[in-house]
Amino acid sequence: MPADSGPEPTLTPGDVKKVALLGRLALSGAELKSLTAELSQIVGFVSQLAAVDTEAVEPLAHPLDAQNVFREDEPAASLPTSEALRSAPRQDGECFLVPAVLGDSGSA
Amino acid sequence: MSLTDRSATDLVAALRNGEITSVACTESFLARIEATNPTVNAFLSVNGEGALAEAARIDADRAAGKPVGPLAGLPVAVKDVLCTTDQPTTCASKMLQGFRPPYDADVVRRLREADAVLVGKTNMDEFAMGGSNENSAYGLVRNPWDLDRAPGGSSGGSAAAIAADMAPLAIGSDTGGSIRQPAGLCGITGLKPTYGRVSRRGLVAFSSSLDQIGPMARSAADCSLLLQTIAGHDPGDSTSLSVAVPDYTAELDKPLTGLRIGRVAAHFGPGLDPEVAEHVEATFAAYEAAGATIHEVELPHAAHGVPTYYLIAPSEASSNLARYDGAHYGHRWDGSRPPDDGGMTDFDSPLVEMYCRSRAEGFGPEVKRRIMLGTYALSAGYYDAYYAKALRVRRLIRQDFLDAFERVDLIGGPVSATPAFKLGEKTDDPVAMYLVDLYTVGTNLAGIGGISFPCGFTAGGLPVGFQLQGPALSEPLLLRAAHQYQQATDWHLRRTAALPA
Repeated sequence: MPADSGPEPTLTPGDVKKVALLGRLALSGAELKSLTAELSQIVGFVSQLAAVDTEAVEPLAHPLDAQNVFREDEPAASLPTSEALRSAPRQDGECFLVPAVLGDSGSA
Repeated sequence: MSLTDRSATDLVAALRNGEITSVACTESFLARIEATNPTVNAFLSVNGEGALAEAARIDADRAAGKPVGPLAGLPVAVKDVLCTTDQPTTCASKMLQGFRPPYDADVVRRLREADAVLVGKTNMDEFAMGGSNENSAYGLVRNPWDLDRAPGGSSGGSAAAIAADMAPLAIGSDTGGSIRQPAGLCGITGLKPTYGRVSRRGLVAFSSSLDQIGPMARSAADCSLLLQTIAGHDPGDSTSLSVAVPDYTAELDKPLTGLRIGRVAAHFGPGLDPEVAEHVEATFAAYEAAGATIHEVELPHAAHGVPTYYLIAPSEASSNLARYDGAHYGHRWDGSRPPDDGGMTDFDSPLVEMYCRSRAEGFGPEVKRRIMLGTYALSAGYYDAYYAKALRVRRLIRQDFLDAFERVDLIGGPVSATPAFKLGEKTDDPVAMYLVDLYTVGTNLAGIGGISFPCGFTAGGLPVGFQLQGPALSEPLLLRAAHQYQQATDWHLRRTAALPA
């Protein structure tokens, strides 16, 4: 991609709906409308980076020098099940309860 | 002089030599919170009973001659983004209303070990996303210097708590300026340590390669005291640095003779408020008078900091916030369909619908905006143009700092382009709100340290902040440079008249 041409920054309501599903957000009609405008504005703003020459520049994912951190593989106490489940909206004492993973049966 | 008027350093000494008790000290700050919090809204929850019980325990231990920690008996406020087992942890979000974490953050553990008294959890922008504290689901925070103005954000509650004398020390977190900007707007001192200096375990994650916890207080000396307690390696955070913690108070009094401070001409662009510029320039002059030398340096990619930040931080946030799924903890949709479904009816499964509706109900507008932006930037077809591009520019921004620090020891300049702005002034324009981070995001992108402290007041009585940025692990120098300035000036000692004394 040439350095001076950014991606097309204008988003349609269809794009926003697609991104919302990927981001696991059920948007209202009003949110869909405002986010379409706001995201277009913000994406337009961040697209100015396209003009920066980054030829031969490696991405920097992390400010520290990348390093693996190892520790001894020793057994240690972990969170008891009751503690892990304590804040769950729905649970049966052993498991988190969720609606059906497949198909359209079950309830929330 | 009432107890709430005294510095943390002074209070710790008074507690140690028996001049005051922790119960008396804690009662004074709790009374101050009770009197001012209805106006300022700096605290989301106050741990009155627990704090007094802890204070009594510490007083008894001390009276019995038992060893006590370095902060023994001193009240400390904690931003509500750190996990506390005995107090709610909400991140100012409806998503985490009533949540009680199963473990303490490492910083909270260290505070307890130091025998600090945790008086409550401070207000913030929801999930630390914002620069005005107007994004809290539990109400905005008012700037103690002018109640019609924002305290800054996202650690606006911690900054306002210090400025209003509701706590002598407070913990903040800084992802793009969230300690330094509210410190500047509220006339207090705040330090963003080097990435990895303080453990992030139990800090609710926003942007994992940028987040860092730090101290907020009236003065640099008080910040040193708090940093001493919270800094250090934690095996529970693989990004925490395994580097010895220096004595942060040891060199505070060393003079600044020969210190080289960089000045960046581009910091003084057309957007900078003239009164802010005047105070910042006067601060450079004060450093020269103290024996430092000022050198012009360039950060050629600094102008790209804000767009780079607003690609990286939302991308990491969209991934980090995926954990709020309505299944493990936090808010869950009750199954009733909203009247306005936005035409989004085609979910892959009942499980996905539960995720989508729980998150839609639990998150506020700015959090949704950032999840959307990050999801977009990471999505197929856009990853290289946005996220990977931002990571490349991030390297250039970091290199600018590395190059500059070959020539100078620290870089000085404004924290914010303007003093505290009016509540509501920027809420309708996300990009205008993002630009309040102009001078602060570079520090986080480069992973280095930065400190903000008051350097004057506008004619209208609003505090102006000065920022110093330093290389990785330069905290002793940042604190010393701020402390030396505070020995020669009294801006940090001024108190607000907007609240009852």
